Amino acid sequence: MNAALRLVNLTVSYDRHPAVHHLSAEIPAAEMTAIVGPNGAGKSTLLKALLGLAPHIEGRIETTAKRIAYLPQQAEIDRSFPISVFDTVLLGRWSRFGGFGAAKHVDIHDAQHAIEAVGLAGFERRPIDTLSVGQFQRVLFARLLLQDADLVLLDEPFAAIDSKTVNDLMAVIQRWRAEQRTVIAVLHDLDQVRRDFPNALLLARELVDAGPTARVLSAENLLRARAMAEAWDEHADACDVPMKLSA
Amino acid sequence: MLYDLLIEPFADFGFMRRALVASLALSVGGSAIGVFLILRRMSLMGDALAHSLLPGAALGFLLGGLSLPAMSLGGFVAGVATALISGVIARFSSMREDASFAAAYLTAMALGVLIVSLRGSAVDLMNILFGAILAVDETALALVASTATLTLVGLAAIYRPLVVECFNPGFLAAMGIRGSVYHYLFLALAVLNMVAGFQALGTLMALGLILLPAVAASFWAREVWSMTLVAAPMAFASALIGLLVSFHVGLPSGPVIVLFASLFFLGSLLLGSRASVRARLSHPVHLRG
Repeated sequence: MNAALRLVNLTVSYDRHPAVHHLSAEIPAAEMTAIVGPNGAGKSTLLKALLGLAPHIEGRIETTAKRIAYLPQQAEIDRSFPISVFDTVLLGRWSRFGGFGAAKHVDIHDAQHAIEAVGLAGFERRPIDTLSVGQFQRVLFARLLLQDADLVLLDEPFAAIDSKTVNDLMAVIQRWRAEQRTVIAVLHDLDQVRRDFPNALLLARELVDAGPTARVLSAENLLRARAMAEAWDEHADACDVPMKLSA
Repeated sequence: MLYDLLIEPFADFGFMRRALVASLALSVGGSAIGVFLILRRMSLMGDALAHSLLPGAALGFLLGGLSLPAMSLGGFVAGVATALISGVIARFSSMREDASFAAAYLTAMALGVLIVSLRGSAVDLMNILFGAILAVDETALALVASTATLTLVGLAAIYRPLVVECFNPGFLAAMGIRGSVYHYLFLALAVLNMVAGFQALGTLMALGLILLPAVAASFWAREVWSMTLVAAPMAFASALIGLLVSFHVGLPSGPVIVLFASLFFLGSLLLGSRASVRARLSHPVHLRG
């Protein structure tokens, strides 16, 4: 398997409590992988760790990706901020112009194109606080389009989004796959994962299973994941599993 | 008649002219700072920050007497120190930053009043707390003007990272940019403007000319740059009217200026084009789509 991402004995903790615990897994390149698990299973934490934004990491993350794009949960964005749809999308080209350079004609042209691709033509000058949740998610997808990344991380991209928008945005994700990009999405809708995502990683702080979706999302695995996530010990002793490097 | 009312005070008196120029500079730089303070939801923290200049200014006063450079330097150091200490406390404890700001500024205020009382009179204390825009001299004018220049150039330079840090800090972090750098650069500029405003309006009201026009502007404009463009003239108009009224009626200038800024705020709240009382009460026909 050609891996875009290799996690080696990865532990990510907040205040010494592990949110992701001794996780070793490989995520295939140019493929769509869903990260599934109960609330508090460490899914978002895992994405943050991949971005280098998690506070405390042990173990190793190996990636071949040169450019990573990230869709945060909507709650992490101040949607009342006075900025237009166009400017928000154009930020996707940050890696080209940075904090201080000017946007080139090609960037402006591509931003326009991305806005049309997500079905928001005509919304360019609208301030983002006038958009619905679904429309704003389209804006963020347009920004991802501009980022031209080989690894795309999506944190609950379809939370509170209607089925029409989900279908449109799924089409965008399918296009990324056709363009040989690796897509990793945190999802809760298991039916959708079974339908659209060939690979899955089931997480309950520790790895339950990773691989082809049909195998990973078996009834037995899901039951196991739920039981593991509920076992939470506020006064746990220090973990004595050695931080050895597995092959 | 109109000449007597509007022009003569400035034509005849140097201190009125200097006060006018100082308020123009304060308005231009300060309103941009005010807009960002609001957008970062830091209006009250900004106010706390302004109060925290007091012990520094007081220490400057204790060592150098009523010397503007000494008091300004002291105020700037105290303000930046407060911002840094509150930030560090918030980062290394579970305390939220607004709470640590409140703790820091209350300590600073108490310390400041105590220091002034060691040497100064009640009049000195009043001057530091409430300012005296009519006492603005050449040195103060130079300070205010360079502050305005530095503020505009500085904000223009860090504009994009600062805007993104405001509304989507995670994006900046994912791009490998440390947003906190821009946060603290902005706070330094904010403190600088409070220092500049403090001789004119005092530590208690330095933020009046910075914040009130920016709040008023949020009822008219809906992008960062347009809010600033609306806020600056309102700030200057408050200062101009305030100066004239205080001159003709014989009232202290600082509070009058701030009260006129409040009037602009009230007017905008009632009549503004967006999210105002008028916009809410007038029921326009709803649109087709």
